[in-house]
Amino acid sequence: MPEPFERSEDAGGSGLRVVALRRPGLVAEGFDVAAGECLPVMGPSGAGKTLLLRAIADLDPNRGEVAVGDVARAAVSGPAWRRRVAYVAAESAWWAQTVDDHFAVPQRLVELVPALGLPADSGEWPVARLSSGERQRLALARALVRDPQVLLLDEPTAALDADSVARIEAVIGQCLRRGACALWVTHDAAQAQRLNRHRRLAVNAGQARLERFR
Amino acid sequence: MTSAPDLPLTHLVLAAGLLALPLGASAWLRLGLARPLLVAAVRMAAQLFAIGLVLDALLRVQVPLWIAALLAVMLAFAGREVRARQERPLAGAWGYGVATLSMAAGLTVALGVALATAVRPDPWFDAGVLIPLGGMILGNAMTGVALAVSALVRGVESEGRAVEAQLALGEPIDVALRPLVRRALAQGLMPTINAMAATGLVFLPGMMTGQILAGVAPLVAVKMQLLVMLLISGGTGLGALLAVRLTAHRLSDERHRLRIDRLVPRRR
Repeated sequence: MPEPFERSEDAGGSGLRVVALRRPGLVAEGFDVAAGECLPVMGPSGAGKTLLLRAIADLDPNRGEVAVGDVARAAVSGPAWRRRVAYVAAESAWWAQTVDDHFAVPQRLVELVPALGLPADSGEWPVARLSSGERQRLALARALVRDPQVLLLDEPTAALDADSVARIEAVIGQCLRRGACALWVTHDAAQAQRLNRHRRLAVNAGQARLERFR
Repeated sequence: MTSAPDLPLTHLVLAAGLLALPLGASAWLRLGLARPLLVAAVRMAAQLFAIGLVLDALLRVQVPLWIAALLAVMLAFAGREVRARQERPLAGAWGYGVATLSMAAGLTVALGVALATAVRPDPWFDAGVLIPLGGMILGNAMTGVALAVSALVRGVESEGRAVEAQLALGEPIDVALRPLVRRALAQGLMPTINAMAATGLVFLPGMMTGQILAGVAPLVAVKMQLLVMLLISGGTGLGALLAVRLTAHRLSDERHRLRIDRLVPRRR
């Protein structure tokens, strides 16, 4: 069994740094995610996990320092920031008729779909035809084809069978090896262990805190 | 101005008798519309006579400042009406301000065109031209602006997640909102387009009908009506365009976020 989330030291790329992040309903004192690392985010429903990801992506008003490598969030425009830091919501949303309409370069999707366990022609499908699992995987693909440096994944495997979960973990593992980093919200303790054996981010009642394992 | 024959009050009372039919139907079918119908009819009569008296006075004195003041009052009422028609207006002064400002721009441009071109009253600020024309432009702009802004807010509410999904991928907010803005404008302009398309075929506009009834030659009335329709369409178009742009601007911020929190909270 390969270890997709075992971090190689020569990953390159730039990590994520969060300092004193504050928004209504959430406080995160500070944490780093190194390039090539995936930090699981755990906590009960309603604790503020989604609020945390949305704040880092700057989708809601918030205060605090956030940076990718040496690029501070405050130094770039909102869209430029979110091209670096991609947030994939737990529930996907669609704005056009077919899957391909959601991709600037549909060829990138064609390259990605086998790894996600989807048929090669799924780009031509109307969105209305997709199952919830297909929607979830294609919404992830939508973010991945843009090669973001940071992935903010809100329960990306919640609605999926074991085979699809393994495929998604493998695909994200590849991104990490290319130097990206990720925050991954999960309720599955075994998955959290697979993603990172050393630490995780625990969110409880609006407080985000790093937890380390020996 | 040509003076038209006056209408005996008894004829008005006779016309009011026509309302007995819907009133009876309401009572018969227990629609509960009798009261609102009566109130609306009485309001209409009172408001029309009031504006008639004001116009009569203004026409006698022709003081530009008073004419401007009356237009401003009409504008203020129109702004209030647009806000009242919104299920979820923008919070704070914006809900009122966006509509009022947009209609003020539409009104100013349309009246400007009217004064500079065909109408050319003497004196140029003639209350007998500015007030009725302004009222017609405002009345239509009000409907257009209210429809357009409601459509945009409804769109943002129902498709906000799709807009945010695009923002999350790094799209600028104006790109993500574009389809909603386009649809909102189409909604706002639809009554104007329909009115222009059906005018003369399906219905004869009230102003033209009134002029012809008052003895003006039909072709003269037609040309005047055409001018007024164009002013109305232009004023409504400009008002709706501006209102939608300003609302979209207020529903986003400098970080290209979608700010649904700037709408009045939904009633529970």
